Amino acid sequence: MSTTLVTDLTIFILALLVGIEVIGKVPATLHTPLMSATNSIHGIVLAGALLIGVSAHNVVGYVLAFIAAVFAAANVVGGYVVTGRMLKMFRRKVPAQPAAAQATAPELNGKTRAGDAR
Amino acid sequence: MTGFTGSIQLVYVVAAACFVMGLHLMNSPATARRGNQVSIAGMVIAGVATLILMIHDGTVTTTGWIVLIAGVAVGSAIGLYTARGVQMTAMPQLVSAFNSVGGGAAALVAIFGYIDAESKAGGVLGTTTVFTVLDVLIGSVTFSGSIIAAGKLQGFISGSPIIFKGGRLLNVALGVVAIGTAAFLFSTASLPALLILVLAALAFGVMMVLPIGGADMPVVISLLNAFTGTAVAMAGFVIQNWALIVAGALVGASGGILTKLMADAMNRSLANIILGGFGTGDSAVALDAAVDAQVRSIAADDAAIQLAYAAKVIIVPGYGLAAAQAQHGVAELAKILEERGIEVSYAIHPVAGRMPGHMNVLLAEANVPYPQLREMEEINPEFGRADVALVIGANDVTNPAARRPGNDISGMPILDVDQAKSIIVIKRSMGTGYAGMENELYFDPKTSMYFADAKKAMSELASAVKTLVG
Repeated sequence: MSTTLVTDLTIFILALLVGIEVIGKVPATLHTPLMSATNSIHGIVLAGALLIGVSAHNVVGYVLAFIAAVFAAANVVGGYVVTGRMLKMFRRKVPAQPAAAQATAPELNGKTRAGDAR
Repeated sequence: MTGFTGSIQLVYVVAAACFVMGLHLMNSPATARRGNQVSIAGMVIAGVATLILMIHDGTVTTTGWIVLIAGVAVGSAIGLYTARGVQMTAMPQLVSAFNSVGGGAAALVAIFGYIDAESKAGGVLGTTTVFTVLDVLIGSVTFSGSIIAAGKLQGFISGSPIIFKGGRLLNVALGVVAIGTAAFLFSTASLPALLILVLAALAFGVMMVLPIGGADMPVVISLLNAFTGTAVAMAGFVIQNWALIVAGALVGASGGILTKLMADAMNRSLANIILGGFGTGDSAVALDAAVDAQVRSIAADDAAIQLAYAAKVIIVPGYGLAAAQAQHGVAELAKILEERGIEVSYAIHPVAGRMPGHMNVLLAEANVPYPQLREMEEINPEFGRADVALVIGANDVTNPAARRPGNDISGMPILDVDQAKSIIVIKRSMGTGYAGMENELYFDPKTSMYFADAKKAMSELASAVKTLVG
């Protein structure tokens, strides 16, 4: 067994344990945004898709690179945008007026930060 | 590992650390948005590191650059468009679609790696084959399985379990083909064999999700999420990239935890769900204890009186509420009650919705402040102090029969709605829930049934309370 493989496996196992530890603390209220956030994180496969380009020098390579890049980019961009959209909706207090929600948003943010302890 | 690629790996580690910190910040709704931003920062760092690596390598052809830039542009546009426009009720479909493309991309990375290595002298290395096979297998299953899941959620494909004769035999056959080709690949480098593996895995993904009922989707989505993560981690092993390994492991862990939580909350084993055929709705169970009991039906005015003169109201929303698009109506009613000084909170069962935590997002969208959204363990002791428990579109998760052994839902964690001083259930008819069982709660002397569509009921209740209290 090569050193590289041992290193890679070590990183994998440790990351798995860190993941279990960190995710276990996320409240059920946020499970949908959590899933959406992890969704965008696995969009890191975009790095892999881009690196296909390093050795893609024929039609098959280009086609695979293109499809993989489309898939992964949609995953990353869409995932982060929709997670942000969802998290924006979680407010500590009811906005004063639905129409004035835009205007009061910064003030609400301030309050939210101050109340980190929940 | 040369000095340069070593440095790039370290940059990837920084990106991975950002992902971990981002997820850590999601332990509270107050810090979650910052968490998402930290995670985005990690992704940007990883992206820049990748670009530097590609430029440094210098082997990317002009066509290669054009293809990649076009691909990223097209993908980003699609992602942005769908993410901006999607309804919150359609979140499960979107998450499923992202699982699909993520798994697909991971499989493509390994497939290309295989083609590339095969064309060079020495062929494919031994240990890499293991990860390539795993990546292709899991990635392909995720790709096709997630498409079917999204189709079911969106309604393109029937939500009820689709079972046909010989389905199980076909599954076994596909399994044998997959294992056979995988075993063959370990001894012989063969591209056709790899492609057979891809096809078998794609077919297996379809066959795996088709027989699963719509109400089991929270488990399926979580499981496919875990699969995608694992596939990405395997792709990381294939191309020796730490960022992919760490990110994939994080997602795998998250999906695994959520899968277990969902299966527990439904009181079913994962094997039971995957083997499928449940939730057809035709397995009506005869009710035992309360067979002759009568239900008490009330009108909007009576319900409004109970609500208006309560001190503490707990609202129990189920998927029926989301299906009727009544979440804004509920929030409106709750606001009127709160203005009267009534304490209002929401009891959210883990499987209220079509994916983990779905109901919370739907209510947050209707401007319900998150401190009012309470988890099952947290709110259960409070039902005893509640004057009214208002159950809207929830059924099995409120059935006290779960506390007794010997029935379909025995042992399922439920909300202790029957502990409240009085209970109002809003429901369209006496139809049974997903488990096909009568709900004993409805026959409780404390319970009144208000038969109406959830959305209509909310506006009726709101106006009745307003008239009542002037």
